[in-house]
This record gives sequence, structure tokens and C-alpha cells, in this order.
Amino acid sequence: MSPVNPQWRSLEERADTPQFRQLFEREFPEGATEWFDPVSRRDFLRLMGASLALAGLGACTRQPEEKIYPYAAHPPEQIVPGKPLFYATAMEDGGYGFGLLVESHEGRPTKIEGNPQHPGSLGAADHFAQASILTMYDPERSQVVSNAGQISTWENFAAALAWQLASPNVALRILTGTVTSPTLASVIAEVLQKFPAARWVQYEPVNQDNIYAGVQLAFGRPVETIYRFDRAEVVVSLDTDFLSTGPGRLRYTRDFTANRRVRGAAVKMNRLYVAESTPSLTGAMADHRLAVRPSEVEKIARQLLAGEGVWAKDLQAHAGRSVVVAGEWQPPVVHALAHAINAKLGNIGQTVFYTEPVTVNAGGQVAALRELVGEMQAGKVEVLLIVGGNPVFDAPADLNFLDALKKVKWRAHLGLYDDETSEWCQWHVPAAHFLETWGDVRAFDGTATIQQPLIAPLYGGKSATEFLSAALGLPGRPAHEMVRAHWKAHGLESEAAWQVAVHDGVVPGTAAKEWSIENRGSRIDTAKLSPPSLLQPPASTGLEILLRPDPTIGDGRWANNGWLQELPKPFTRLTWDNAALLSPRTAEQLGLRTEQVVELGVDGRAVQLPVWVLPGQADDCVTVHFGYGRRRAGRVGNQAGVDVFRLRTSAAWWQATGATLRATGRKAVLACTQHHQLMEGRELVRVGTLEEYQRDPEFVKHRVPEPPGGSLYPPHPYEGAAWGMVIDLNACTGCNACVVACQSENNIPVVGKDQVLVGREMHWIRVDRYFAGDPAAPLVYHQPVPCMHCENAPCEPVCPVAATSHSAEGLNEMTYNRCVGTRYCANNCPYKVRRFNFLQYADQRTESLKLMRNPNVTVRMRGVMEKCTYCVQRINAARITAKKENRQVRDGEVVTACQATCPAQAIIFGDLNDPLSNVSRWRAEKLNYGLLVELNTAPRTTYLAKLRNPATEI
Amino acid sequence: MTEPHHMPLIEPGHTHATVTDKIAAIVLERGVSKGWILGFFVAFSLFNVLALSVAYLVYKGLGIWGINNPVGWGFAIVNFVWWVGIGHAGTLISAILLLLRQEWRTSINRFAEAMTLFAVSCAGIFPLIHVGRPWVAYWLLPYPNTMSMWPQFRSPLLWDVFAVSTYATVSALFWYVGLIPDLATLRDRAKNRLVQIVYGVMALGWTGSAKHWFRYETAYLLLAGLATPLVISVHSVVSFDFAVSVIPGWHTTVFPPYFVAGAIFSGFAMVLTLTIPIRKIYGLEDFITMRHLDNMAKVMLATGLIVGYGYLMEAFMAWYSGSPYEQFMIWNRLTGPYAVPYAGLLLCNIVIPQVLWSGRVRRNIPLLFVISIIVNIGMWLERFIIVVTSLHRDYLPSSWGMYYPTIWDWATFAGSIGLFLTLLFLFIRVLPMISIFEMRLLVPANRKENAP
Repeated sequence: MSPVNPQWRSLEERADTPQFRQLFEREFPEGATEWFDPVSRRDFLRLMGASLALAGLGACTRQPEEKIYPYAAHPPEQIVPGKPLFYATAMEDGGYGFGLLVESHEGRPTKIEGNPQHPGSLGAADHFAQASILTMYDPERSQVVSNAGQISTWENFAAALAWQLASPNVALRILTGTVTSPTLASVIAEVLQKFPAARWVQYEPVNQDNIYAGVQLAFGRPVETIYRFDRAEVVVSLDTDFLSTGPGRLRYTRDFTANRRVRGAAVKMNRLYVAESTPSLTGAMADHRLAVRPSEVEKIARQLLAGEGVWAKDLQAHAGRSVVVAGEWQPPVVHALAHAINAKLGNIGQTVFYTEPVTVNAGGQVAALRELVGEMQAGKVEVLLIVGGNPVFDAPADLNFLDALKKVKWRAHLGLYDDETSEWCQWHVPAAHFLETWGDVRAFDGTATIQQPLIAPLYGGKSATEFLSAALGLPGRPAHEMVRAHWKAHGLESEAAWQVAVHDGVVPGTAAKEWSIENRGSRIDTAKLSPPSLLQPPASTGLEILLRPDPTIGDGRWANNGWLQELPKPFTRLTWDNAALLSPRTAEQLGLRTEQVVELGVDGRAVQLPVWVLPGQADDCVTVHFGYGRRRAGRVGNQAGVDVFRLRTSAAWWQATGATLRATGRKAVLACTQHHQLMEGRELVRVGTLEEYQRDPEFVKHRVPEPPGGSLYPPHPYEGAAWGMVIDLNACTGCNACVVACQSENNIPVVGKDQVLVGREMHWIRVDRYFAGDPAAPLVYHQPVPCMHCENAPCEPVCPVAATSHSAEGLNEMTYNRCVGTRYCANNCPYKVRRFNFLQYADQRTESLKLMRNPNVTVRMRGVMEKCTYCVQRINAARITAKKENRQVRDGEVVTACQATCPAQAIIFGDLNDPLSNVSRWRAEKLNYGLLVELNTAPRTTYLAKLRNPATEI
Repeated sequence: MTEPHHMPLIEPGHTHATVTDKIAAIVLERGVSKGWILGFFVAFSLFNVLALSVAYLVYKGLGIWGINNPVGWGFAIVNFVWWVGIGHAGTLISAILLLLRQEWRTSINRFAEAMTLFAVSCAGIFPLIHVGRPWVAYWLLPYPNTMSMWPQFRSPLLWDVFAVSTYATVSALFWYVGLIPDLATLRDRAKNRLVQIVYGVMALGWTGSAKHWFRYETAYLLLAGLATPLVISVHSVVSFDFAVSVIPGWHTTVFPPYFVAGAIFSGFAMVLTLTIPIRKIYGLEDFITMRHLDNMAKVMLATGLIVGYGYLMEAFMAWYSGSPYEQFMIWNRLTGPYAVPYAGLLLCNIVIPQVLWSGRVRRNIPLLFVISIIVNIGMWLERFIIVVTSLHRDYLPSSWGMYYPTIWDWATFAGSIGLFLTLLFLFIRVLPMISIFEMRLLVPANRKENAP
């Protein structure tokens, strides 16, 4: 538009201000509605085009080619519609990588699996990884760059940032989470080099500060500690939950449970001693468990070091074949003691290894954050780039992060969500999900994975590397270029090597170098560990408060993920809420009962939240899980639970003494999926000791009288396959990964707190949890319960329209189209595994969620029954392949979703007609039993009984 | 005062003409009273509550009710079984007592049959609306279809479809056939042309010839014979819904006879609940006499005892079976979260009806009315206990839950009572509620012992 244009349509046009020019040049005014649609049809087509282009189909695009490589021995030359492809990548959690294989249907990622080649996964994935796909498609992710609440563009942001960073001496601060990514670290290094006054701080609310401080105390430098549980015959856990927290959790679960598989005459089994304060999955697996206050753990560690007590004797009897692990919640001195004990026992080099740190600038995060906040308060920070994370929500309460943030002149936030932190930053840039962009990340042992995108960013999100490139004046530099460039310089020069590394999901030879520890163990100055200066003050008599990440929504980053919100917590079976956990005795002393709201105070701070009485909790301890109480998480996460970060200070990081509890007289309503905790003397989870098994291997069968067998109806002939499943209760840790895997595979809807409250959760596989024995020191059993696919299924004959029927391969099939919804089948199911769509639970409107669904599984409408199908779509896919190749389906070719993801490999599935199949072999074990067989249902799903291995002396 | 069984079935002084006049006048001459309008208004309002509840149910889904994962059936099935049970008295009175030549049935049979039909109508709604997708409920019917699908003949719900629909058909037929001579009487006595035509069409050209009477009586007797086994079968089949399952508290062989006895128990209770006010309002004390009330009270007492025996056997078998699940079920009923309704059921169905042993109580009409209502409540509670307490805690304690009815559960239940009363008010208004021609047979002039 020329200024001499004689015609004008408005005064604005006449004035020809830059604002008007901008308005004129834009097709839509700012804030036009199109952007707010999660994914419009037009966007969808664009995305599809982009992702097909990524997959190598060559659409018309000016984008440089960034090839991704499907995970297959013989990758197809083109996409075959209906045939999914898998791509290796990795999820970052707490900075560390977890190797994944992601299923992609025509360019849409739909399902997460573990990467069998990845050392931190070995084919398994946990509930977070499984649920990450829902986060990617979350319609409430932030979708636009915004400036002071107004929609802006990436280019505008880059220009504004460049202007702020005009001087090389600008006081720039970068705040990230824990970083292991070599590329990101190199980009940050570039920034720090360009701006000498810049500083980089890492902060993660669940970090490994204590672990690194512990090794620092023991060895004088931070190193990474790696355990080999597969070689340990005796394991002592000092308040650690190594099976469900930490970067090595999946691998450790696999290794640990491998030593608990009792098959036939092979009766070797490890023994686990646990001292912990609040029930954990590790504690539930323990052969001996002590419920102690966190402050008492140090004493136990000292006794172990001194060789006192039965535990120490058992350790000494297994010197070199044992391991002592201290938890991240324990102070550094306990870690140092654990290293000293391992050294004394000669475990180092056998079951414990040390490597160079995997994280960049390991440890000291809380101190670094405190320093940063000090600078911010003093107004010394001019530009703050918050790369991921949500410090306004999760920084220690005593630091007053928000106050300090407001004093920073120019602040920008990169995040998946427009959250509590972005609210207070002038600029917010939507982050690309890890499934949308290139990146790299290292696993617990240092092995690097190159993350490849499965789809173009749904909302134009930027990776951390791209975000920081803007600070270098390179806002257009794509993540692919940076990752490729980094690895070109670090061992993947050739295109072939790069392809192999991307394809495999692991970069060969990147495991962290072992830190030579020759005789270092003996050098641990145990004397240094004993001075009283290092000792905590003697445990006071007051209440101790324990602050822990939530088992299902983590530190709050998963708060807007419905799958994780509705996933019952392993011990309380709570959904959608957090609570203050109290032991039965403490609750009785305080006169408190479950669901009573209390005011929990510590150090002058207080929050109000409901009580939950949990057997196994240590007396005089109250555990609260942080991550709840989000204000700006999204529609799913807002209003759920109570924010207890307000109690967390940098001093009381994991726990504090001197907490107070005061009843408020109010009552909260909590949505729990299991209201009854005991087995009522029924043989549901059959448990014995190793000794019992050795005496009488068939002891399990003697527990319940054998069923009479037979049926009024003729037996089904199974000429082909007869599918069956066996679940090893001895290996199952109760981690819940199977529940989310099933939810993802089978398009299972989320129903919300209101519906859970009336008992309508939809999970096809659930993990039942029972307490047994003394409520103060209970035994805890987890039992996954999918459909049993009974031979004499009680559900089948009662359906008046034959909507549930027996297949020729013994599957108890549900035909949704035929179901009229009498619910008789569910009533008549003794296992109560059937789930009914009481309302329209499946979200049929949100476009982005449609992309996420498994196209091979029907999305159910209201009024129909559903239940576990043994992943019949996977059986059918395998059968089609086998038929085309004119052969039988091979053992192991059909892997159900729950089985695939199980970190403990506790689930096996296959053909019972094949006597050599793994499932037949498991079923032939003496420990095999069927749940409620006395009803003559003849279940296809059976269990291997749980064994415990208590020491004879105790 | 004479003993009830010596009391007349019709008060002295009536002739053919007075009987006909009195009953026909209620329909033809009495007109619409204020009381009727008020009653109909209340009933029809309640019926609209049902319509509203069902509309919302179809719009929103079954989730508006309190049912959930362990307790898949709630008020809908409770109400279904309750209404079907109530619907037993009519056919029992008409058919079985006809075959047994119990003449005292005459003055109450028309009324009881109508009640049966209306109760079965109410019952019939619930299986239809309680399914998740009511728009395909017709798939339960065996009809040739493009899916080449038969229903599942092993399912007790399918047996229900046959049992209840057969029962409803035969009851309706029996009732209508019984009405024909009276419809002709109304036709003949009506003064308004339109009314004459309507009754005339419904009377199917009845002239009262000997041939008509001969054929009529044969047909009526045959229908009575046909209806008799249905009285037994329908509630036996309904009880199979529970007895055929594997759930403790349902899986019981005692259910068929115990359900039939319970049905008759509640059916007679409902006949009493309705008869007592109506005979008073319409001045029918001459036709529905103390003897009728006394007899019905006795039937209630007897069937109530059978039901009590059923409860006892349920508990005995739970103990005798040695099954921990069955034993827990009884223990849970007695001491669990539904102990109060269970105690209420024992009180209403077993303890209180024992006062009927006393003749003085049986002849105390207000007291009888109260007891009949108590029994109705008790029988409703029985169905609630059977359906809900068996489901809410079955085999795996991990899956135990609770059932709390919602406002929509109650609205649907209240609405079904509205439907029942609406139909009843219409019936009283437009049809002779006592069989005129059969009452005429009871007039002393016709009776052998009174023949001159």
C-alpha cells in the first residue's frame, strides 16, 4: 500500500500506522478464532501432509528433508495404508531418556511401546511414557506464541529477544530442567559463550541432588551410580523406591524381578529388605519391611555399616552378591553410608558401578535455584529464559520465586502449556512435544537416543534447542540441523551411521564411561561420615512430613493428562486427588479418619487437605504428594487436589519435622476405585514362602478344592489356536503401566472424578491391591485383573442378544454393534471385569483426540458393554500376516498391550494349544492357579502364585 | 357378628336389576366427580414425571441412574420384578379361583384383572428403558433379519421376553373376553349416541343369545385354563434372571416357588390397597363384602408364610452349602451397609403380617389397609435386597461397591405408580369395575340353596 494511495477506507488506513499495516497484511485479525480450534479440518490436512512428507512421501514443501526411519528389519518403501510403522525415539523424564518405539498409523502416532534395544527400557514403558501420547494430542496445549496475553508470532518473539540481547554483556539467565541432551547442552554452551555474563541454572522439583551430594561426600566428586540388581541376591533398600522412581526404574524392575522367578526346580530367589516411611512399590515387594520415619533411616544405615543385626548378617553372607541402595529422599550422609557399606561388602564392581555423570553439571540444583532467585530479587537479571518447567508452581515456597520473577525485566517461557509460569512471563512460546521434534537424550547409563519426530508440530511448537537458537540470532535453525550437526561431530559422521542410530533408537558406544574405582571403596573415609556435625538432629517426637512426587501425575507436569489423573494410585487406589497419608495408629491417636479435611502445617505454612489412612505408613509420619492443585493446568488438571508445594521449602526438601495436624471439621469426597482392602479369607492372591514351595511345590493347588469340571453345554473344540494368558504375581510390582498401555491401545475413555465416585471407571485391566496381616506392618499384594476369557464364561449364556460370544480360539468376544446394554453379563461376571458405557464417555468431538485413537479398535458409544479383548486386533494382525505367509502364528508373535509394556515381564500371552509356547510352559508351573476356579469358570487367564523369601532368622 | 365365611358374598336385598343398575350407573350416570378429577390429576401428573424421566434417560443415558460397575441393575429391575409380582393377583383370582369354583372371586376379579394389566404395563416399561440402547431393544425378539442373528435362547432375559409378553397377551385377552357381556349391557343402557357406538363396537355384537352364552362360557373356561400355568410360569421365569446366574444371593434353586408366592403375596396386598378405598368411595360394600376382604387377608397370610420359609431356606442353604461366598452374602445382608432395608423387609413381610392370624384384625378395615401397604413396601424391599445386596459384594472384594439411587431412579419409580393410577382412574371411569353378569349369578334368586 502506497502512502500516496488516494483512496482510503478508514481513518486508520489514512493514518497508515504500522499497526494498521500489520492488520492489513494479516489475513485474519489477531485473535481470530481459527487458531483456537484444536485442530481444524484444514489443519488436519496440513498436518497429515506434513507428516507424510516427513515419512518420505515427498509432498510439495520447501522444508528441508528431514528423514525419519521406521523401526523394521525391512522398512517398506512406502506407506501401506492400514499397516502401522514403528519409529524409535525416547521420552525425557526428569532429564533422562526412556527408549520408546512409537506406533504410527499413516503419519499419526497412536501408541507408545518400549524400545527393546534401549538399555533403560528393554522393551518396557511406564505409565508416564504410555500416557505421553495423550499429552501430545491434548487440545489444551498452548497453541500460539503470545506476548502479554496477545497472540504473536515466533518471528516477533525472535526479534524482541534479539533486541533484548543486543549487548553481549546482558545479564541473561537460562533456567532449564535437568539436561542430559548433548545437543541442547552444546546449544546452551554456544549461548553462554556468546553472552559472557549469562548463566545457566537447572532446576527440577524431583531431582537427584542428594544422590550426587552423597557420592560427592563419599568419593569427593559427583558420579553416576548404577546398580546391577540381576546379580544381587540380597538387596537392602534404605527408603528408596528404585522400582518406580529414578532414571533406571524400568531396567531395575526387569533386573530385580528376573531374580524372583521361580520355575520348576530352579528355586533361586533374591531377598529384599526395605526400610521406608511410606508404602512404595519396592516396599510391597519386600521380604522384610520396616516402616520407619525418614530420620531413623540413618541409624539403620549405621547399623548395617557396623555389621549389626540380621540384615547386616545376611548382607555379609552375600558379600559381593548384595547391594545396598539409598533413596533420593535420604540426606547425602545416608547415601555415603550406603556406598561405604557396598564398598565394605565388595559389591563395587559386582553389583554397583560408578560412571561419569550423565547429566550436565550434575547436582546442586536447589542451591543453584536459590542463587538465581537471589539475583532476580536483587534485580540483577535482565533477561530470563525459562526453558520448559513450571517454577512458579513448583519452586520451593521459601524462595518466593514469583516475587523474584516479577523483578526480571524481560522473561520468556517455553512450555507445552500456558501454565502458572507463562502467566507471569511477557512471552510464551509453545514447546514442541518430544514426538514432534528432533532431539537427543541420555538414559540412566548414559546411552544416547536420537529423538525423531513422529508428526510435524501440531501447534507450531519449538524445541528447546530451537528456542535457544533464537538467543543466538538463529531463530530459523531447525532442530534437525542442530542434532545432526552435533552427532556428525560425535561419532555419527557418515549418513549410514546416523541412519542406524536413528533407526535403532540408541547411539552405539555412548554409555557413560565407567569411573575406575579400583579400591576406591576402601578409601571412603567412614570416619568422616560419623562426626556429629553430619548427623541430623535426633529425631524429634513431633510429626514428620514427607513430600513426594505424585505416583501418577508426577510433579504436576502430567496434571492435564486424564489417563494419569484417573489411574488409581498404587496403594490408596485414589484418583483425581491427593491426600495426607497417615498410619492407622497415628490417625487413631489424632482422632482422624479417612476423608476428614485437616490443616497440615509446617514451619508457619499450612494447607488444607483430606486425610487418607494407609496401612504400612510409618507412625508419626504424614506423606503428601505434590503436583496437584494446579491453577492453570487445563480443564482436566485444574481443581484437582491440593497444592502442597506451598509446604516445600529448600530446607524441607523431601521431609521436615515438626508438622502439625488440625482437624477442620470438614469432609472431602475422594474418588477411590477400591473400597475394600482385605481378601476376606478368600484365596484370591495365593501367597506362600519359598520354603513352603520347596517343601511342597503344589501347595498352591491345595488351597482351594478342585472344581468339579464339566458343563451342561458341550465343550468348545479348539482346532487352531487357544489363546491364554498367565500373570506372574511374583514378578508383578503393581506399577500400573499395563493399565495405561491398555487404555491407549484400546481407546478406553476417561470418565472423570464424578463417575469414578459412583464406580464407573472404564479400565479393562485393573490392578487389585490387598492388604494382609497386621495393619501396622501389612503385606501388600498387587494383582492385575484383565478378562479371564473363561471356557465356561458366565457372561456368555446370559446375554439375550448373543452380543458376547465364544470365538473359535477361545476368546470371549464382545460385539459392540450387537450389544443392547442389558448389563446382565457384567452382573454375572464373578471377576467384575466388564465395563459399561453408562454415558457417552468417549470424546467424539475433539478433533485432535480422534487422531490419537487406534484405528483398529472401535470407539464405543454409550449404552454398550466393553471389556478386555486380549487385544484381538493384534491377534488378527498376526493371523493375517501368518496366513499371507502360509504358516501358523508363531509363539511370541502376538503380544498384548499390557504384556508389551510390563517392565517386570510379569505377563505372558500365547497359544495354549502349542505345548512349547511360553504361555503353556508358564501354565504348567506348579505355582499356576486360576482365580475363582471353584466356580468352574475355567479361566484362560491364570496366575503364578506369589512367593516370599523371608530370612529364617527373622 | 357371624364368622366371615358364613357372610354373604352379596348383601341381601339385591336383585338382577339393582345389581345392574348400581354397577352400570358408576360408569353411565355418576358423571365426573371432583374427587375423580383430583385423583386423576395427581395420577396423570405423576405419569408425566415418568414421561419426563424416560425422555431424559433416552437423551442422556443410563448414567443418570445410580447403577455402576458392581451393581449393574438397580431400581429398574427392582421395579420390574415388583410390578410383575403385583400383576399376579388378577389372573390368579380370575383363572385359578374360577377353576377352583371360588365364587367369592366374582366381585373382585374384573378389578384385579385390570390391576394386573396395568401392573404388567408398568413392569413392561422397565426392561425396555433399562437397556443401554433402548432403540435396539427389539433385537431381543426372534424375527428374521438381515443380520441372520437369532437371540441367545440360553439367556433368561429372553425367557423373560416370552414369559412376560405371553402373560400380558393372555391376561389382556382374558380380561377383554370377560368384559364383552358387560360392554353389551352398557351399550344397551347408554343414552348418548356416541357412547352407544363405542360400547357397541367393543361389545362385538353380543346379543346375549343362548348360543353366545354357551360359546362364551367355553371360551372363558379355556382361557382360564391357559392362564393358569402362566401365573406360575411368569414369575418363575423372572426368578430365573437371578437363579441362573452365578452370583451369591441369586444362584438359588428356591427362587421360582418363592418368587411365585411372593408375587401372590404382593398381588393380594395391592388388590386390598386399592379395593378398600374404592368400595368405600363408590359404595360397593354390598358387593365387595367383609368376606372378600377376609379371604384376601388369609391368602396374604398363607403366601407370606411361604415367603418367610423362602427366606429361611436361603439362609439355611447358605450355611449348608459350606460356600464362604454364600455365607458371606447372608452375613452381609444382616450386618452390611444394607442391613436397615433388610431388617425392614423382614419386619414388613414376616413379622407384621402375622397379626392376620387374628380374625379381629382381618375384619378391621383400616388396619387391613395399613397392613396391605406395609406388605407392598416389604415386597419392594425384598426385590431391592435381592438385586442390590447380591451384586454389591460378590466374589472379589476389590470390586465391591455401593448403590445409591439418584433422583431419576426415584422419579421413574414414582412415575410408574403414576402410570398405574392413571390407567386405574380411566378404567374406573369408563368400564364396569365389577362384573355385572357374574354378580347377577350371585343374586340369591339364582342360587340353588335359595331356590323356592
